[in-house]
Amino acid sequence: MRNAAQGPIAWRSELWGSPLRALATVLLLALLGWGGFHVVEWGIVHAVFRPDAEACRAVQHGACWGVVAEKWRPMLFGRFTYEEQWRPAIAVVVLSAVTVLSAWPRSWRWWLAPLWLVALLLFVLLMRGGVLGLSGVPTSRWGGLPLTIGLAVVGLALAFPLALLLALGRRSGWPVVRTLSASYIELVRGVPLISVLFMASFLLPLLWPAGWQPDVLVRVLAGLTLFVAAYLAEIIRGGLQAVPRGQTEVAMALGFGRWPVQRDIVLPQALRLVVPALTNSVVGTLKDTSLVTVVGLFELTGALGLALGGDPTWRPFYLEGYLFIAAVYWVLCFGLSRYSVWLEKRLSAAS
Amino acid sequence: MKGGTSRRGVWLAWAVQAALVLAVAAGAVWVVHHALEVLRARGVRSGFDFLTEPAGFSISEGWLHFDASQPFWRAFLAGLINTVRAAVPAAIFSVVLGTLIGIGRLAPHVLLRGICTAYVELLRNVPLLVQLLMLAFAMANLLPDPTEPVHLLPGVWLSKGGLSVPWPVAAEGGWWPTHFEWPERGDFGVSGGAALSPEYVTIVAGLTFYSAAFVAEIVRAGILSVPQGQVLAGQALGLSSGQQLRIVILPQALRVIVPSLTNQLLSLTKNSSLAVAVGYPELVSVANTTIGSNGRAFECIAIIMAVYLLLSLLISFGMNRYNARVALRGWR
Repeated sequence: MRNAAQGPIAWRSELWGSPLRALATVLLLALLGWGGFHVVEWGIVHAVFRPDAEACRAVQHGACWGVVAEKWRPMLFGRFTYEEQWRPAIAVVVLSAVTVLSAWPRSWRWWLAPLWLVALLLFVLLMRGGVLGLSGVPTSRWGGLPLTIGLAVVGLALAFPLALLLALGRRSGWPVVRTLSASYIELVRGVPLISVLFMASFLLPLLWPAGWQPDVLVRVLAGLTLFVAAYLAEIIRGGLQAVPRGQTEVAMALGFGRWPVQRDIVLPQALRLVVPALTNSVVGTLKDTSLVTVVGLFELTGALGLALGGDPTWRPFYLEGYLFIAAVYWVLCFGLSRYSVWLEKRLSAAS
Repeated sequence: MKGGTSRRGVWLAWAVQAALVLAVAAGAVWVVHHALEVLRARGVRSGFDFLTEPAGFSISEGWLHFDASQPFWRAFLAGLINTVRAAVPAAIFSVVLGTLIGIGRLAPHVLLRGICTAYVELLRNVPLLVQLLMLAFAMANLLPDPTEPVHLLPGVWLSKGGLSVPWPVAAEGGWWPTHFEWPERGDFGVSGGAALSPEYVTIVAGLTFYSAAFVAEIVRAGILSVPQGQVLAGQALGLSSGQQLRIVILPQALRVIVPSLTNQLLSLTKNSSLAVAVGYPELVSVANTTIGSNGRAFECIAIIMAVYLLLSLLISFGMNRYNARVALRGWR
């Protein structure tokens, strides 16, 4: 089963080594050829690439990539004021640059936290405007890719400290703290994200003082944070459990206090162990942000509906639109999961 | 991690914990009280009494017939049954498909490996909601009209009107199914067999394809966890590769697979709540309609959460029982 050796020579014996394998090869090649032919024919040969609705409707068995050429801006930036869309574009670049920088283990230094703070402030400043001569844009007009990435990044950043507390709480010697943390984690992990988002969007307004409506974006972010924290907490707990007890005992014997032991000895090792699992959770959160479209925010998925749903000319070409945003999600998530594999190898080589 | 050992430390620990309990309880009471105040101020009634009132909307499909004159509690029940009706087949199909793909990813055939790897990497890196919406669009717009269905397999027809498959039926007056009824094509579409609505097909197929990618990874990791020596021993005993897989590898791999698979089934069940976005009337969809008609958001969301918690507990319980059976004896 697992002797699948690499290299072209091994491949040749895999492909043609026995009559059964040769038969499988022929069948699979036929299948791939048939599928590939249709995909290429539909997606390239007969496809329309110009933003020309007439040509799109005229074509029978071809894709209409013209819908992407025509609508990519509302798909990527939602209802953000058209002339000002350079602002969300730069905001996305800033967040991505800081993310890529922090993905490199060598930059895991003290200055990363303040850098993130600056990046997030810059993000909000660019999106929101209202100062420095930038026109103000209400959060109800935010949308598309900046919202998808912003929700994921800010949601994870806010969830992380909460998750840390919950994970430590679940391992606490105090039964009350342990029970409360465990109940919270199990409760949240047992219900679908959509119900948490419903709760945030329907119930949080009831708790605010009368006459002051909290922004829908803030409510959804709160729901997302509370949800993600429960999942992160379990990952961190796994890391904490994997740090040998002896470490704690030795440190205590050396005269470390209870909190310094956690902060300086246990946590750094625990977090290092679970970095790959945390990256997987980042991918999950990024995909989960698509659900906020159900409670009326126009992130990438919602922005597509907004861009095509209201336009009868382009509405028939939804499939191409979906494929476009699916490709955007795919690039982001696949990149992250490749990174997770790379990091796992690097960290295990280092230790 | 342990609390202080001195007498003062013990007292302090209990004092802090008591304060914490009081704070959490007070917070909860305030939240509920305040929310009720606001609701009362807005003239919205609260409480679960609405459950016995007539719903005023009907549910088009499912095993439990439901029309507008019946009470809300029956609507929620029909929604719950519809959730189960979508999640159980999706769970079965995704485990079967995922196991095949997971084994395929380790097969000694580069093309097969490549196709299975491509499937996993494509499907698991795109949000389920996007896949569901795409499938729903394809079902509604790209398939032929019900009068001109596509003949997929013998007895299986697909069109905008949904999927028709053979279905066991009981003989006249009988209770136990005796034979299969085959769908037949007529002038006005396909009749007979089981007619599955496009929304149902979308949610079951979407959940199946998406979850199968994750199940495949779990199965692959499980197979890789079986020591190489076991395979060699199997070969030395003269077992064929199919026998090695069935007798030697899979039983041992199951020990690694089952706990992760439990997580995957739990997430599949929760993911079935996304059916609300493609118009399949499951629990969340029913709750959403109810909130729209009478504004009892708190109660409806509480019902959703309680039901999903219960379902999660049931799945965990069942899978843990199964896990105890496949686990190594004498180990925990």
